[in-house]
Formats: sequence, structure tokens, C-alpha cells
Amino acid sequence: MLTLRDLHLTVGNFALTADWQVNPGDRVALIGPSGAGKSTLLAAIAGFIPHASGEIQWNGQPLGPAGTRPVSILFQDQNLFPHLTIAQNLGLGLNPALRLSPAQHKAVEDALAQVGLAGFGPRKPAQLSGGQQGRAALARALLRARPLLLLDEPFAALGPALKSEMLDLVASVAGATGAALLMVTHDPADARHLCPQTVLVANGKAHAPVSTADLFANPPEALQAYLGESR
Amino acid sequence: MRPLPNGRPPCRGDMTMGGPVITRLGAAAVAAGLAGFVLAPLAALSLRAEGFTPTPADWAAVRFTLLQAALSAAVSTLLAIPVARALARRRFVGRRALITLMGAPFLLPVIVATLGLIAVFGRSGLLNGGLSLIGLPPLSIYGLHGVVLAHVFLNLPLATRMILQGWQAIPAERFRLGQSLGFAPRDSFRHLEAPMLREVLPGAALIIFTLCLTSFAVALTLGGGPRATTVELAIYQALRFDYDLGRAATLAGLQFLLCAIAASAAWGLARPAAFGAGQDRATLPAAPGGWRKGMDAAVILAAALFLILPLGAVVLRGLPGLADLPASLWPATLRSLLVALVSATLSTAAALTLALAVAARPNRLFDAVAMLPLATSGLVLGTGLFLLAQPLVPPARLALPVTILVNTALSLPFLYRLLLPEARALHQGYDRLASSLSLHGLARLRWLTLPRLARPLGFGAGIAAALSMGDLGVIALFATDQGATLPLVVHRLMGAYRMEAAAAAALILVTLSFALFWACDQGGRHADPA
Repeated sequence: MLTLRDLHLTVGNFALTADWQVNPGDRVALIGPSGAGKSTLLAAIAGFIPHASGEIQWNGQPLGPAGTRPVSILFQDQNLFPHLTIAQNLGLGLNPALRLSPAQHKAVEDALAQVGLAGFGPRKPAQLSGGQQGRAALARALLRARPLLLLDEPFAALGPALKSEMLDLVASVAGATGAALLMVTHDPADARHLCPQTVLVANGKAHAPVSTADLFANPPEALQAYLGESR
Repeated sequence: MRPLPNGRPPCRGDMTMGGPVITRLGAAAVAAGLAGFVLAPLAALSLRAEGFTPTPADWAAVRFTLLQAALSAAVSTLLAIPVARALARRRFVGRRALITLMGAPFLLPVIVATLGLIAVFGRSGLLNGGLSLIGLPPLSIYGLHGVVLAHVFLNLPLATRMILQGWQAIPAERFRLGQSLGFAPRDSFRHLEAPMLREVLPGAALIIFTLCLTSFAVALTLGGGPRATTVELAIYQALRFDYDLGRAATLAGLQFLLCAIAASAAWGLARPAAFGAGQDRATLPAAPGGWRKGMDAAVILAAALFLILPLGAVVLRGLPGLADLPASLWPATLRSLLVALVSATLSTAAALTLALAVAARPNRLFDAVAMLPLATSGLVLGTGLFLLAQPLVPPARLALPVTILVNTALSLPFLYRLLLPEARALHQGYDRLASSLSLHGLARLRWLTLPRLARPLGFGAGIAAALSMGDLGVIALFATDQGATLPLVVHRLMGAYRMEAAAAAALILVTLSFALFWACDQGGRHADPA
């Protein structure tokens, strides 16, 4: 269980507060205007930026440095090392020194097969399409099987059909690993598609998760301003 | 789907020491070592120089140093303007080769350059041969004009590449706009090119001025005497010929002041773009025809001949001498290779350590320490180390270690400035991904840092190796007849007027220097997986 207790983040003039929790298996969208701090919140949970006060806990324990946290994160871009093969990129998720046992090599193969990339192991990322690169990054999250999966709009550059396909894959990865999902998005459709709960990030606050359907049925003022006419 | 084995407990983070801490500790150790290596000799110098006041001869050396550096900088940059303009606005067969060739003098052992210049401009050289054919008296290459000539030969290409970059940075749209307004070449110069030159020339001139301040090998071979002695040469003479340690220390203190002032000025002014010039673009700036086309062709031909003739002369004179080389050459060659390889390795590793730490977290102290060697020179450090060593061991026994370490320190600022932007880009692009995967320490070095930085590392190591291979400076201070390196052997053969053997040894030296650079550079390119 992820707990954000009276959390305060400050980066320069920017400030954000959060005080809520996420249970195993929850799927939560983070929505709100650009610059509201959605990515900053994910970066804090993943351990890339320190928080000013409050606590980020996992099962009641404080978290260690980035990389040791029970977290897999997919960034907006640069999710794969371009100079390593897809298999090596996945292998790094199991062992940073890339010394893999035969069982782990097999696990890499299996993970690739599960995201529809069987046989792509020896290729470099540049030889894959954008959607295939996203699949490879998801395969690594599948391998790592961390209980918290953070998505910082990794599929924003994909077309609608491909994005929807990737979100389905995210759902199945999260389901297979039993991970809780926290997903930044600009698109209400993504939230409705995948996440029963949504966190509204606006005006310096990440509000506690509420039912996605209820939120969009009856949006508070800040969300109305963000959605505009498009609702 | 099913969860897959990942060989580690899925939840609890193990609280190991993070990679950034190790990077910072390593960089702190490197910075402390480097600062100690530079500051301890300076302290020894200041203790020893106390009570000594500079003699009139010392002030003459200071004046000559400033004069030759100013003239060399002015002549190099002014002559580089037409060359860079011609290269910027013309396309011809061999243009890329010529621009590549312009990178060579930077790596050329200075002693080889002077040997080549003597072959062309010396008493029995090509030029005087031509002059005597038409009944004119011979010109001498020795003295102020010889020193400036050599410095122009070594630095004109550097200035050309820097100015060429400025030309190529003017957007093609500006030239198009000028054309649409009916600009004559004179108008283009006034409105487009002159502003660029005002921006680029001071930095280029200051870099060359700084490089020429510490000129030793050129002054040693083409200067000398009361009228043409640089401070660097005067230090050498005070120590080697007069064994006057106090005077050597005083001169080294003066040299340090000159270098520190010039280096800090250059640091503020200069752009760090001295290396990679020559990207072509699709549209050329307006290339006027008529007499200007002929002038550009003449300028390019003259510049190419000025570069190629001395190098060609070394090859032509050296080839026959290869059959008759002194036996002392081979141990000297091995020593030089050792110096080059060890100092290039040390310097590259140290610069990378500092650059990675500064890229991860800006650190003004590391930044300043990495630039510290620019405020010194080979003979300044050498004299200080000589003073430190001399009560304990015979300095000659330390000749090789000292040469290795001094060259390591002197090439470190170049490597640091080369690697820092690359390390920053690497950090911005991949630090979070690597951290999210716990990719730290040696694993990060092996799987991320070395592959991603292979190109600049290979290029930088190549530069360091070539510079150390060709360095004739501190070794001249320490070595006896036994422990010479290859550049010192060349110098001694020249001193004994065995010019053919000197040219042959120089040919071996220059071949090995360029081969080392080429091998490192190619190694880096080869290891670059992109």
C-alpha cells in the first residue's frame, strides 16, 4: 500500500501537497492542467526528487533511494537505452550488471513474447516502431514485477488506436503482476478507459482519488476549467 | 499472463549507498589529487623564489614572451580570416580533406613542426634556395620572426577552424535576405560577417595568445639568446645550464602569473568550440565571382602549401635517414609510448570522473580545479617538482613519472571541457532511467557511460596521447642522456646538426603520434554502438 502522508513537494516556486493512499491493485489516473505537478508527484514517488515534508511510505515503511523502491516507471520518452539491444534493455530490469541466469534469459524471452515482441530481443530500439518501443518498456515492467507501476504519459506520442491498444496491455501487465497503477494523462478518455479512480491535480494540490465516473459526471471548478468545451 | 521471476524481493528497497555518492567521492579524490599536484609545486616555487628579484634579463624574457605571443595571435587570426571565408563560401574537391588536415598541427609534435619549417624556411631550405636563384640574400629563420612563423604554422589552422565555425553559424537565410536587398559583397561583410568576426576573433586570438605564452620547444629551437628567449626557455636555462634554483623559481613564478591572467581571461571570453568544425550545409552563403573567386583560390592554395610543405619536407628528408638511426632511438620510442599511453589513460579517467560528477550536480570547485592546470605550464610544474624532489632523490630518476603526471595534468582541462557537455547530455537523457533500474557504479560505467561516451572518450584520449607523445618540455628539465624521450632525441640530433637522422626520428615521432590519435579515435567510434 502506497501512502502519501501530508506530503509537501517544492521545486523552486512550485509547490504541491498530497495526502492519500493507493491500495494494491488500484488503478488511478492523474489528470490536471500542464504544470500542475503530475509528473513531479510521480518523480517524488519514484525517488528522483526529495520531498520537503511529510512522508511517502510503502506498507508503512519509508522508501529508500530511487531504483530500490517497489516501483517501475515509464517516462514520456527515453525508456530504453538506444545503444543496448531490446533483450539487454529488459535484462537490466532483472540485474543491473546484466549477469543473467539461464532462467532469467528465458524470462526475458517470455516477457517479450507476452507483449507480442517474440524474436525482437537482438534488435536495437531504433529498429522498432514507437508502439513496439512502448511494448518493450512494458515488458521490462512485467519482468520487474514491482507492486507499483507509474506511467508518465509514455504513449502520448502514439495515435489513438495504438494508444488504446497499449493501455489494454498496461491493464494486463498490471493485472499479471498485481501492481497498483498510477498513470498521468491529459485525456479524460484514457482515465475512463483504464482507471476506476482519478486524482485531480490542480492549484497546488493532488486531491484524493475519487471515482472516475463521478468526477467527470460532476467536475469541480478546476477540472471544468481544464476540460473546457471538450467535455 | 503470470508474474515472472526477477530474483529479488519485490517490495523492500535495500538501502545501499547510491551511485551519485560514489561518483562524488571519486571526483573529490581526483580533484584533491590534481589540486595537490598543481599547488604543491607552486608552493615550493614561492618559497624558493623568496628574496630573489627578477633581473633585467628576466624582464626581457617577459617582454619577449608577451611580444611573440601577441604577434603570433594577431598574425594567426588575421591570416585565418580570408582562409576561413574562402573555405566557407567555396566548394571544391579536397575541401573536407583540407579541413581535416587543419586539425593536424594541433596534434603535431612541436619539434617536428620546427624541423619541417627549418627545411622550408631555413638556411639551406626551399625558400632560400629560391631566393639565391634570383640573386637575393638569404633570410634567417632564427629570432622573433622565426618564433612567430612557427606559432602561425601551429595556430593558423586552429584559428581558421574557429572562424570557419563562426561563418557557418550565420544562418543561410541572412545571406538570402541580403541578396534580396541587393547587398554587394562589401555590404554583406559589413552587416553579416563583420559582426560575427567581432564576436569570434577576440576569443580565438586569446586562446592562441595563451597557448603561445608557454612556448618552449619553438623558442628552444628557433629562438634563444638575449633577444629571443621566452620565460619558459629562461626557466630551462636557469635550471639546466646555471643550476640557479632561485632564479628558476622566480621565473616560474612570473610565468605562472602570466598564464593565470591569460587563462582566466580566455576562460571568460572563449567559446569551447575549437574542435569540431566543418559541417556542410545545403545552401552556400553568397559566393561572389570575378576576381574574388581567384583570390579565394589563391588563399586556399597558399594555406594548403603552408601546411603541407613543411610536413612533406620532414617526410622527404626523414625517409633516407631511416636506414641510419642511432640505437638510442628505440628505448626513447618505448619511453615516449609509455608516457603517451599512461598519461592519456590517467587524464581521460580523471577528466571523465570530474565531468560525470559535475554533470550530475554542478560544482564550482571541481570546475575550477579542472581548469587549474591552464594557469601553469610544463616548466612551471616541472621546476616546482624539481625543487620538491631534489632534496630526496636525484631528479633524473623521476624523469618519466614526472613527465607522465605533468602531461596528465596539462591535457586534463582540454579533456574536461570536451567531456562535460557530453556527460551533461548523458545525465539529462538517461540518469532517471538508469537510477530507476538501480544501474550504479561499475555496471553503469560498463553498460551506459562508456558505450554512450565512447566517441568523445576515444577522441579525447587520442588528443591526450598525441600531445603527451610529442611533448618536449618537462622531460628536457629532468632527463639525462640515458632517459630521453623521442622528442628529446630529435632535439639532440638537431643540436648535433645530424639533420637527416633528426628528420628520420621526427618522422617516426609524428607517425606514432598520429597513429596513437587515430587508434584511440577509431576505437571510440568503433565502440560507439549508435
